[in-house]
Amino acid sequence: MNEPIETDVAIVGAGPAGLFAVFELGLLDLKAHLIDILDRPGGQCTELYPEKPIYDIPGLPTVTGQQLTDRLMEQIKPFSPQFHFGEMVTGLTKCADGRWKLTSDAGTEIVAPVVVVAAGGGSFMPKRPPVPGIEAYEGRSVFYAVRKMEDFRGKDILIAGGGDSALDWTLNLAPIAKSLTLVHHRDGFRAAQHSVNRMRELVDAGKVKFHVASVKALHGENGVLSSATLAGADKQEFQVAAAAFIPFFGLTMKLGPIADFGLKLTDNLIAVDTAKFESETPGVFAIGDICTYSGKVKLILSGFHEAALMAQAAFHICRPNDRLRFQYTTSSSNLHKKLGAS
Amino acid sequence: MKIIAKDREGNEHELEGRDGWTLMEILREGGLGVAAECGGACACATCHVYLTDGWYEKLPPPSEAETDMLDMALGVEPNSRLSCQITLDESMDGIACTVAPE
Ligand SMILES: Cc1cc2nc3c(=O)[nH]c(=O)nc-3n(C[C@H](O)[C@H](O)[C@H](O)COP(=O)(O)OP(=O)(O)OC[C@H]3O[C@@H](n4cnc5c(N)ncnc54)[C@H](O)[C@@H]3O)c2cc1C
Ligand code: FES
Repeated sequence: MNEPIETDVAIVGAGPAGLFAVFELGLLDLKAHLIDILDRPGGQCTELYPEKPIYDIPGLPTVTGQQLTDRLMEQIKPFSPQFHFGEMVTGLTKCADGRWKLTSDAGTEIVAPVVVVAAGGGSFMPKRPPVPGIEAYEGRSVFYAVRKMEDFRGKDILIAGGGDSALDWTLNLAPIAKSLTLVHHRDGFRAAQHSVNRMRELVDAGKVKFHVASVKALHGENGVLSSATLAGADKQEFQVAAAAFIPFFGLTMKLGPIADFGLKLTDNLIAVDTAKFESETPGVFAIGDICTYSGKVKLILSGFHEAALMAQAAFHICRPNDRLRFQYTTSSSNLHKKLGAS
Repeated sequence: MKIIAKDREGNEHELEGRDGWTLMEILREGGLGVAAECGGACACATCHVYLTDGWYEKLPPPSEAETDMLDMALGVEPNSRLSCQITLDESMDGIACTVAPE
């Protein structure tokens, strides 16, 4: 395990609220580390609607989810936020000196006087197909992502899904697999046309098997898969060899470990006051979709406002002996220096 | 207008539908455990239902966007629909559905 990282503010979630928090904190000279289970910033904006235009960001008549994220990343760059992607925050504990310690499933530990939970609807987790007993195979024979292609060499591979991930990995793994079977519930795909064409060529060449079917059962021992039962459109069941099963049905949001942080939750949301956006646990703030208060609206602009007020309150915790001077970014030469805009 | 909805435990609920609302909204308000993470934007597939009693055939077919998004749903059957893409009107009185597994 690595040495704990010490910083001013530890942020859970790199969606729009978490990202803009970096900016508001940065103006007050507070440094931040962010952890997100996704492998890139943007939260719902980049995961659920990267190409869709958003029309209600003040001053930006239309901006897509991806563009907004790119712009936020550019805006916070001067403050050099540190990102820990692909990690899930699993624990929040109080240190002996009164600071907080956030821990992740990858062993990262961040110690800070202030924690900001900007977790949106929760961690994005892969959707688990409704196949009985699938949990027992996860991590050994069932995978929701391909990390190392070599792990799949020479194996009978079963892939389920009809999107770009399913198609891309069918094409990438077919050359190294012993056999590769793709199953999808219809003979149509929402993936790029050239990938679909390429897949069909591999099917014609006998290098990939494609079935319009769904996976009904997995067979194996001690978490090691050997075959799977599929059911076709006519409900007829049949078996295919499978040492690895990779379902690609996208992600869903699950509150996850945050539920066990001991924070006061109302309908799975963190209750905050509207002056500081602090939870009932001092030093732990919540902003964006995850927070709730009378009149809360789940909009990106609400998250921005919440971030600004949170930062003011966080300053007093991180710098108890300093006076906070309110300054406009337009006219403060001090702020210009920080933003590299002199 | 009536909506007959079966939850994941197999219990049947009779809900009051509203003209112009989506089936997803009625199911969510009715506490049937429909996550509807994207709020009805056809972007998450967590509002997946099966239409029963011949209602799949009675409704106009799903749009291409809905068919594409259904690829991200689990346990898809020939009568699968995304309930946020079904806007209710009086002709749908008595519509029957089962909430799909999570
Ligand atoms: C289809 C769609 C259209 C929308 N359109 C608009 C619109 O037009 N205008 C508008 O204002 N809003 C819109 N929204 C809502 C907007 O996207 C959300 O309000 C916004 O994304 C909330 O930002 P956030 O930073 O609070 O949370 P999120 O964007 O949900 O980000 C939270 C992040 O935290 C991470 N996380 C959570 N828990 C953990 C953990 N334990 N460990 C590690 N990481 C964790 C998640 O993986 C996620 O990346 C739309 C939403 C959808 C789905
Ligand atoms: S609510 Fe997200 S697709 Fe219907």
